[in-house]
Amino acid sequence: MTGYELNVGEAIVFWVCAVLSVLGAIGLITSRKAVHSALWMALTMINLAILYIANNAPFLGMVQVIVYTGAVMMLFLFVLMVVGVDSSDSLIETIKGQRFLAVVLGLLLIVILVWGLGSSLSGLPSVGLDAANRVDGGNVQSIAHLIFTDYLLVFEVTSALLITAAMGAMVLAHREHWLPKPTQAELSVARFKGDDHPGNRPSPGIYARHNAVDTPALLPDGTPTEASIPGALRSRADVQPVEIEDGRANEEGDSQ
Amino acid sequence: MQEVMPVTGVFSLLWLLIALPLVGAAILLLGGRKLNKWGVYLGVFTVLVDAVIAVAMLIAMMGNSAQERTFSQNQFSWMFAGNFKVDMAFQIDQLSMVFVLLITIVGALIHVYSLGYMSHDPDKRKFFGYLNLFVAAMLLLILANNYLLLYVGWEGVGLASYLLISFWQIKPSAAAAGKKAFIINRVGDVGLSLAIMVMFVTFGSVGFQEVFGSAGQASEGTLTAIGLLLLLAACGKSAQFPLQAWLLDAMEGPTPVSALIHAATMVTAGVYLIARSHAIFDIATTAATAVVIVGVVTMFMGAVIGSAKDDIKKSLAGSTMSQIGYMVLAAGLGPIGYVFAIFHLLTHGVFKAGLFLGAGSVMHGMNDNVNMRRYGALRTAMFVTYATFIIGTLSIMGIPPFSGFWSKDSIIHAAFESNTLVGVLTIIAAAITGFYMTRMAAMTFYGKARWEDDVHPHESPKVMTIPLIILAVGSTFLGMGLLFWGNIETWLEPVVGLKKEEIAIPEALLMAITLVLVLAGAAYGWIQYARREVPAIAPRGSWLTRAARQDLHGDDINDILVVQPAFWVSRFLVWFDGSWIDGLVNGSAAFFGGLSGRLRRYQTGFIRSYALSMVGGAVLVVLALVLVRLS
Amino acid sequence: MNPSNYVILSALLFGIGTLGVLVRRNAIVVFMSVELMLNAANLAFVAFARMNGNLDGQVVAFFVMVVAAAEVVVGLAIIVQIFRSRRSASIDEPNLLKY
Repeated sequence: MTGYELNVGEAIVFWVCAVLSVLGAIGLITSRKAVHSALWMALTMINLAILYIANNAPFLGMVQVIVYTGAVMMLFLFVLMVVGVDSSDSLIETIKGQRFLAVVLGLLLIVILVWGLGSSLSGLPSVGLDAANRVDGGNVQSIAHLIFTDYLLVFEVTSALLITAAMGAMVLAHREHWLPKPTQAELSVARFKGDDHPGNRPSPGIYARHNAVDTPALLPDGTPTEASIPGALRSRADVQPVEIEDGRANEEGDSQ
Repeated sequence: MQEVMPVTGVFSLLWLLIALPLVGAAILLLGGRKLNKWGVYLGVFTVLVDAVIAVAMLIAMMGNSAQERTFSQNQFSWMFAGNFKVDMAFQIDQLSMVFVLLITIVGALIHVYSLGYMSHDPDKRKFFGYLNLFVAAMLLLILANNYLLLYVGWEGVGLASYLLISFWQIKPSAAAAGKKAFIINRVGDVGLSLAIMVMFVTFGSVGFQEVFGSAGQASEGTLTAIGLLLLLAACGKSAQFPLQAWLLDAMEGPTPVSALIHAATMVTAGVYLIARSHAIFDIATTAATAVVIVGVVTMFMGAVIGSAKDDIKKSLAGSTMSQIGYMVLAAGLGPIGYVFAIFHLLTHGVFKAGLFLGAGSVMHGMNDNVNMRRYGALRTAMFVTYATFIIGTLSIMGIPPFSGFWSKDSIIHAAFESNTLVGVLTIIAAAITGFYMTRMAAMTFYGKARWEDDVHPHESPKVMTIPLIILAVGSTFLGMGLLFWGNIETWLEPVVGLKKEEIAIPEALLMAITLVLVLAGAAYGWIQYARREVPAIAPRGSWLTRAARQDLHGDDINDILVVQPAFWVSRFLVWFDGSWIDGLVNGSAAFFGGLSGRLRRYQTGFIRSYALSMVGGAVLVVLALVLVRLS
Repeated sequence: MNPSNYVILSALLFGIGTLGVLVRRNAIVVFMSVELMLNAANLAFVAFARMNGNLDGQVVAFFVMVVAAAEVVVGLAIIVQIFRSRRSASIDEPNLLKY
């Protein structure tokens, strides 16, 4: 008697989710564009969450969706946006022998781990978590019980870690102001002194052909103005081209 | 064995004999150049006092009976290690007595002579210091009562000889000659030190009493080994074959040095060693035979070399080599010859010193020129030198009634007693002696004057001629005196033993044959060199003459056998050190350098490479874990 | 249905994550591969918790998630900072520690 239930449903869930998560993982490492990798990763995360639930860890599964797939992946995507959505790796490997050795070692690692774990775990009885979950009346309560009694110190230390991480992020993302912050009056003076036109910048959407952030708006004479694009995108020259109407713009003031 | 008595009376001054010249040497050598004025007299004074003490000791010893002539004085216990004990102790007996007399009296005369000979030398106080050092060391050698102390004196005379030969060290030839003498001596010294070691292993002690007392109990093989090693030592010090090459070069030193060290005293230390160790040679007859062979070979070598040299000092050196060959030969004959070896040693010391000092006097008058081909007809210019030199010549040739005749004929007689062939060889060598000595005298004092232009021969000052006269008197009367007035045979017999045997020829006939052959040799020399014209430039000569001019190629043999192999060995070692050892060291350094150069390429700076190595390590760890767990 | 299947899946995902770290050049993608490895470990913990019958594995997985979140925050902030100065997100860029 092996001590686990022969559960067909669980088997189906497992195989489907396992295949999908492996597919997601492979997609993650082989996508050319970084955003695609992020999306593949999200797929893997969701499947893992399902697997957690299948393993009698519903709380963990939910936390996985909320924290990982939700917060962490969103964070990744935001940073990707800053760093360059379109950035893609070239497929050519620059370090000699890296790819070959990496594949060899990676496969070797997988083989050894699978072999070792497989042969040592086969035939091991599985107790199941029903009894453990029943102790405090549910999975969440039982976990809470453990966290706030046996693992209290870990909990406290982890909270200190979180605070530190937040502070670290603030420090790292901070831009230091070397000069005093210019006041409204100074900004106004600079604007009129500079060679850029002193009026408001044309906001996107006004005389615009497109409502995307990276498409420049049209000036009254029909030329596209780069000033309507946020600085970050402009500095990256991440600007979409715009067809210029030959001749004057529509004098009827059609803003479409 | 004689009974050894503690010192009494004048013999308690035994230590003073050594201490006086030693202190004199210390003062002169440490005092500095300002001692040049009066220091030289201090040097002479110490040796003169030693001579006086020696004569007093002789008189006292003659007063004792033959059995009571050995005295010993222990200064202090020098070293003791377990069973091994060596004392700083002196011993004087009949044998040492005659040596002490020879060294101090002849030494004193030579010191006086040097006052005149070295009067113009700016370093003369150093010269007298070294001379005193030599006298002290030689007396230590003679008066030691154990082999280790004898070795100290042995080394000391070697050192003094080196210092004196290369006295004019600015001359490269003199410096080289000093080095050569020291190195060849050193080879002999190895023999002596090995002999002492064997003695210690065999007898447990190196004192004379103990060694000679237990000589009968050691195996003949051991005693033969000791005897041969002692022979090696004697060869080095006495310039016998095969260690004879240094004596001729040693003539680079000032003439008083040649007289004292290389004629009268130091070169006789080897004979003393053999005579003193007679207890060993009496038993190890193989070693004694080796001694005889060495003596015969050297006797002829020296004679042939001396006949061909044009340098007066080198010719006399060859003669010394030959005469010491006689002494060594006689010492090797055993109890039949020891006494006569010492007898000839004493007479030779006197007349050879006289001959060398005479040669020095001639050189002094001829602007220090040594080439006999540039001499000639000097007998009127330097009469005293001439007269004393002729007396010395007659003595060394063995013409009666001069001293050499008595001592040399005793040796010839003893040679015949032992082995007829050896006897014949000694007579032939005597004839050659007659030839070369006559040649020397004729080239120097007779014939036509072949002087160079700026030379004005003149007699030497009195301080130089008086010792010459005294030595000439000795050369005349010493032989008869030692044989008839104070019987040397009975004097020395208690120490070394004496045996007499009959020979086929009656003694008088033997003497007559010898005399005839000697006179024949002399006549031949006279005809060649006094009657005929002596060319100023040396003619080519026969192959023997040419070989003899090259010291019978002794230097070349040494070069091939020793010097070239030594160079080869050191070149090999230099190469080995350079390529192998340096190669090893440099190679390992280069290896590590190269290794680091290769290894540092792994620091590519790429994070992914580092990650790769990390994963590689992780794979290994996991593999190890899995294997261990699953096995 | 053998619960050890989950552990094998976890090993597989871990290996794939390792490959991603070694092969990709974009810093963010590498970071994501690291997150994948962490998730694989979490899966293993949960599977073992089930096999052993106590919730310690789940608690550990929970804390791993917390720490991973904090790590992502700081790591991405660093990447943004590096990008600001170097204008490049490749992890082959900072190779000044080479020989």
